Amino acid sequence: MSTPDLVADAVVKRFAEHTAVDSLSFTVARGSFFSILGPSGCGKTTLLRMIAGFIAPDGGDIAIGGKSMRGVAPNRRPVNMVFQQLALFPMMSVGENVGFGLARRGMGKSERRKRSAAMLERVGLGGAEAKRVDELSGGQRQRVAIARSLVLEPTLLLLDEPLGALDLKLREHMKIELKQLQAAFGTTFVYITHDQSEALVLSDHVGVMNQGRFEQLGTPQDLYYRPQTPFVAGFVGANNRLIGRAIASDGETVAMTTTHGWTIRAQRHATVTTGDAVEAFVRPEVVQLARSVTELPSAHPAHAGEVRSLLFDGANSAVLLHEANTRQEVRIALPQTGQFADLRVGEQVFFSFDPARAICFQARAGAAAIGAASSDV
Amino acid sequence: MSESSLPAGAATETPLAGRWSARLTLGLLLAPALLWLLALIVLPHIDLALLSLRERVGPRQYVASLAQYRTFFAEPLYWHVFVRTAVMSVFATLLTLLLAFPIAWIIAKLARGRAASLLFILCLIPFWVSETVRTLGWMILLRESGVLPGLLMKLGLTSVPVELLYHDATILVGLVYTSLLFMLVPLISSLESLDNSLIEAAYDLGANGFAVLRTIVIPHAAPGITAGCIVVFMLTLGNYLTPTLLGGKNSQWFTEQIYTQFITRFNWEQGAAFGFLLLGLSTAIVIVGLRLSGQRFGEVMRRT
Repeated sequence: MSTPDLVADAVVKRFAEHTAVDSLSFTVARGSFFSILGPSGCGKTTLLRMIAGFIAPDGGDIAIGGKSMRGVAPNRRPVNMVFQQLALFPMMSVGENVGFGLARRGMGKSERRKRSAAMLERVGLGGAEAKRVDELSGGQRQRVAIARSLVLEPTLLLLDEPLGALDLKLREHMKIELKQLQAAFGTTFVYITHDQSEALVLSDHVGVMNQGRFEQLGTPQDLYYRPQTPFVAGFVGANNRLIGRAIASDGETVAMTTTHGWTIRAQRHATVTTGDAVEAFVRPEVVQLARSVTELPSAHPAHAGEVRSLLFDGANSAVLLHEANTRQEVRIALPQTGQFADLRVGEQVFFSFDPARAICFQARAGAAAIGAASSDV
Repeated sequence: MSESSLPAGAATETPLAGRWSARLTLGLLLAPALLWLLALIVLPHIDLALLSLRERVGPRQYVASLAQYRTFFAEPLYWHVFVRTAVMSVFATLLTLLLAFPIAWIIAKLARGRAASLLFILCLIPFWVSETVRTLGWMILLRESGVLPGLLMKLGLTSVPVELLYHDATILVGLVYTSLLFMLVPLISSLESLDNSLIEAAYDLGANGFAVLRTIVIPHAAPGITAGCIVVFMLTLGNYLTPTLLGGKNSQWFTEQIYTQFITRFNWEQGAAFGFLLLGLSTAIVIVGLRLSGQRFGEVMRRT
């Protein structure tokens, strides 16, 4: 197996009292797309700037392509970065932007022209060399920024939320383009974002970062279906978050009562034992909705509820309902069949879910305060 | 038909009246500036132009002639001083730029918040004192019995007090000192508008410090640099006090020639011609400077 392109070994960075990156270790395999996903202020930008060389770590080591980067200046690292605001040089043409790094390596003018033209061709901007940067659209600038870095054939391409400044439609489009570019070039990408959908769509592996540490490192599917911490369960994808106390536990599942008094069963995570303060997560699409209780699978406990509001969003439509006895709010994804297209507010419905697909964690310290993250779509 | 034309007529009248009142307001607002320009710049210059184009042939008898300009080219002293003033001014401008650039960089990019304002105020404070007093301060420091020659003797570097005044270098020191602030202001504002991520991006793409300066910082700051250079050059070329006080009889500054013609020799015709030659010189050098740096005057003035 070839050496990984990026190895971080117990990397630490402190700013005054605050530890931005807290003893972080991970490896990124050659040719893979690695994302660091986290809320703003989690330390992901600091981590990226340490990899690029703009900040020196206080402890630990970063190795790129098998070589330690300690004391290596950014202009000598086999790493290039696509900046959040792209940072294209407005005083230069598109061609000069792409040829900038080659010129710094002392490459002759004609060779430089040839390579920048070929690179622009590869990102679908053939013939745009003479254009000024401000003549390009947002998506085209994005591609110039990537071309400018990739033309240098870096071991590692760092991307600092490059889609953040784009509008929604373009962002969706650029997501696909980025993934295709990465596949075509085979360069290792390290991508930071606070947008879980970007991370899930693009990445081979994702590190979910919170308060300077990785909460979980795994494939997008791992994060979504097998979250290891309540933070990951709440941050990645939409989720119903239920806070309460475990009232019974047997090997696989836990029975818990929420603060509203609703009792459910969920898969038991790690060390949860009877009497613990717990938080459980149930994905909206895991819950099955029915107008009569007989339509629900008999294997799972059924609950009754009243529709409170309909959240129409095309394929992502959902319904918010209150459990009949406890008024616990539950979000349920509407199936694509159109079966519930005529659902009305105030209607009585039934729902159930497989306890094996819900997960119950030990509650975090101060969990109640960050409850707002629970139904983040 | 009359019914439909009435509101149409009213509609065209209102914007017209609005336009006239807007023009009147603009005219009134501009009036003081225009009056000032006319009374203090345009009229005296017309008068000076007429003065420079005549020759005295007898008591109170004048004829139109180019004699004043001919004298300038015929007398080596005059154009020698003229060229010397131009060269020294260009030199002083470049020196000011070299000195001001790192200071502007520190204030605009390295210092943060209060430190940046404090540094800028430190540059501003000397300008609270009159230029004459500031220049006299230099004389106190540099004259033979002054502070610096005394210090040099105490340190054993010189055996007798040396005269540090009345050298070309002294004039340059004074000129740079007087002009520094006028270079700093446009430089700081143009460097502040430079996005730090551009510098980082260039660095990230393999540029060293010098390449970042040459390819990113200077092209971005070019309008500010040009504006500062134009202002400093014009101030230096037209400076009278500093070269006279610090250079003494050796200064040979062209403004002194103009002063001599007007005040000492009472030859207003010659003085006026010199004045126009100086105006032509500064215009020519500014145009050459703009051409060389590839900047446009309007662009430069808008950026400052």
